[in-house]
Amino acid sequence: MAYTETADAHDHHDHPPAGIWRWLSTTNHKDIGTLYLVFSCIMFFVGGLMAMVIRLELFKPGMQFVDPAFFNSMTTVHALAMIFGAVMPAWVGLANWMIPLQVGAPDMALPRMNNFSFWLLPFAFTLLLIGFFVPGGAPAGGWTLYPPLVLQGGDSFPMAIFAIHLMGASSIMGAINVIVTIMNMRAPGITLLRMPLFVWTWLITAYLLILVMPVLAGSVTMLLTDHFFGTSFFSASGGGDPVMFQHIFWFFGHPEVYILILPAFGIVSEVIPTFSRKPLFGYEAMVYATASIAFLSFIVWAHHMFTVGMPLAGELFFMLSTMLIAIPTGVKVFNWTATMWRGSLSFEPPMLFALAFLFLFTIGGFSGLMLAIAPADFQYQDTYFVVAHFHYVLVPGAIFGIMAGVYYWLPKWTGHMYSQALGKWHFWLSAIFVNVLFFPQHFLGLAGMPRRIPDYATQFADWNMVSSLGGFGFGLSQLLFPILIWKCIRGGEKAPNQVWEGAHGLEWEVPSPAPYHTWQDPPTPAQIAHGAEH
Amino acid sequence: MKMKKSGLLLSGLATALLTMVAPTAQAAWALNMTQGISAISRNIYSLHMMVFWVCVVLAVLVFGVMIYSLVRFRKSQGAVPDTSLVHNTKAEIIWTAIPIAILVVMAVPATRTLIETDDATKTELTIRVTGYQWKWGYEYVGSGVTVLSTLDRDSNLARQLGSGIDPNSVPNYLLNVDHPLVVPADTKVRLLLSAQDVIHSWWVPALAIKKDAIPGFVNEAWFKIDAANTGLYRGQCAELCGRDHGFMPIVIDVRSKADFEAWLRTQKALQQPAEAAAPANAAPAGAAPASAANAAAAVRAAPARS
Repeated sequence: MAYTETADAHDHHDHPPAGIWRWLSTTNHKDIGTLYLVFSCIMFFVGGLMAMVIRLELFKPGMQFVDPAFFNSMTTVHALAMIFGAVMPAWVGLANWMIPLQVGAPDMALPRMNNFSFWLLPFAFTLLLIGFFVPGGAPAGGWTLYPPLVLQGGDSFPMAIFAIHLMGASSIMGAINVIVTIMNMRAPGITLLRMPLFVWTWLITAYLLILVMPVLAGSVTMLLTDHFFGTSFFSASGGGDPVMFQHIFWFFGHPEVYILILPAFGIVSEVIPTFSRKPLFGYEAMVYATASIAFLSFIVWAHHMFTVGMPLAGELFFMLSTMLIAIPTGVKVFNWTATMWRGSLSFEPPMLFALAFLFLFTIGGFSGLMLAIAPADFQYQDTYFVVAHFHYVLVPGAIFGIMAGVYYWLPKWTGHMYSQALGKWHFWLSAIFVNVLFFPQHFLGLAGMPRRIPDYATQFADWNMVSSLGGFGFGLSQLLFPILIWKCIRGGEKAPNQVWEGAHGLEWEVPSPAPYHTWQDPPTPAQIAHGAEH
Repeated sequence: MKMKKSGLLLSGLATALLTMVAPTAQAAWALNMTQGISAISRNIYSLHMMVFWVCVVLAVLVFGVMIYSLVRFRKSQGAVPDTSLVHNTKAEIIWTAIPIAILVVMAVPATRTLIETDDATKTELTIRVTGYQWKWGYEYVGSGVTVLSTLDRDSNLARQLGSGIDPNSVPNYLLNVDHPLVVPADTKVRLLLSAQDVIHSWWVPALAIKKDAIPGFVNEAWFKIDAANTGLYRGQCAELCGRDHGFMPIVIDVRSKADFEAWLRTQKALQQPAEAAAPANAAPAGAAPASAANAAAAVRAAPARS
């Protein structure tokens, strides 16, 4: 198209400052997207290292390497680093890079706030990780921060609370930016129901973030005042209620798990059609199913608390409402399958990760359905069955979704094709080891092993050893990912504008690598028609 | 390529199913939950198995269609995409309606069992359960008998960092206590659970009871163990409660009604003088009678049924 000339014309008189200042002061959505993604990758390995410590200690029965208190810090900070440091920033990074490209906007709507929301994160995580070096050690009360246990924390307690405030502020600003960009900066002709699914799922995610992050901020602030200012929101001896914290926390926490997974639904909904060479089946149903899941996420929170001693009516309500989630989720899985039906499939790395997502997320969905059954949950709650469940939806779910996205768009970012062979090695090692790592945890949980314990009875030894071996294999194979990305940045075969044969969407109408500024002039109707997916 | 992974998955699943038939509740390589020792625990087990089989059937169907698509519609085999296939109202209604029907079928027995577990009326014995960092206290309401239950000495020595003791050499490593909770079989027993410091959760898989013990709250649970199922059953604290969360197991010692009555009478006699000397101090109260209870427990010197 006529695009290239206009973009070049803009580029000549508008290049970024050199060196570190470019990254500190940038308001460019692509730079900020890159910052988010690099940060996320670092936190993925920081959190991963903690997972390795956990699996090392659990390799065989008996305490071999760490003190139980340090073990508790490992599980706690692993979760916080992975959720708030790895997965959420990866989504915001992908949103920054791709939403303006996909809706034909020149940048995010609020570029300076965009810079601020990223640069809060390094401070937040420095504060969280410094906790390891202060008296009392890093937070060890679980990422769920239940009082009264969390109030027994040492000096790292207020630091962690402040870190969570910063992460929350960052997320809220990121979410506002996404909503304003999508609502106001879509190119003429991109109506809401012509938006790519990644944009749709992110729009819904952003609303979830705005609704629940303040709830988290409120609950941790109450913890702070309970600890330092003599309030008793959560202390029964002062007329408060420790269970109220759990209700407030999970009112945030359940939508939070959809915040982690909905953008992955979006990516899979783009990758599967591309490599099936066939439009997404049931586009509108996909949008409505996403919205239904988001709505349901607000009325199911207490299924995390079936053993807390709720009245029968409460248990029944939360059991039945939770079971309902299976319906829109099922619609999504069936639509992805129908997209492949009578398609023409090829198996490049993005498609491989999307397919693993499809299979393994569905397994996580099945165990989720089992967990919804309240009386059976009395046996599953707080065991490794739950650990297996949420790792199935978060690792081959959210993280494979992120990887599918990175493998899908990396040539667009760098202008180079990456090594498909290396990508396939990364995929097969990840896909095999993730199952060796997490599938046996179902058995451990059913056989009676509680979660969050540093040592276990000898009858759990066999599956724990298998799980640990899978963990080490999975951890090591992730090193291929940054190596592949680094090699792709440094060079490789020149990527065309439309990297993948079957890809549709406005991001494939701009050159590869995408110029520093894109869509200064909105896409032409011809470009929109060419990029249209449905 | 895809076949390989799915094959792996299915063979894993098949192994799982195969071994589930064998009743190896606590053995190594265990795969499934215990059926337990009460009517409720068996109901919950069959509920679990029903939902599991529903999931297996759905998985075979859904994964079957996926795998078929992956094999049948490969570009390398010359598959031509049918780009007109983007919508099919009939199919979409069917795959929304069928899951709804399946959910209803699952919800009915689940609701029935839930209502059953909630019915703590007509209980014959009440025991107060109190969680501490990191032990369990039990009080038989009415008789004043108390038991303080902590991790047994052998496990405790072996579990220290760098102890050099092989956990395999310790019987019931981490699942043994000094003084178990003695309960009668064939009796509807009510538990009133609370905690002294932080939230704990009292879990005995054989009873299918897991209930949080929360400071300032009293939670209720109940069980009625089959008359035939006397013996020792083990569980653990299930809610993260600090440094030694992994080291506060639960052991219940199920005895016949007559044996239990006799045990309770002995304990009452042993503990009465102690109570008179040191009145009403909940936490340490257990400490003194503990040694007495220990003597009684030692008589039964229980080799674990595990």
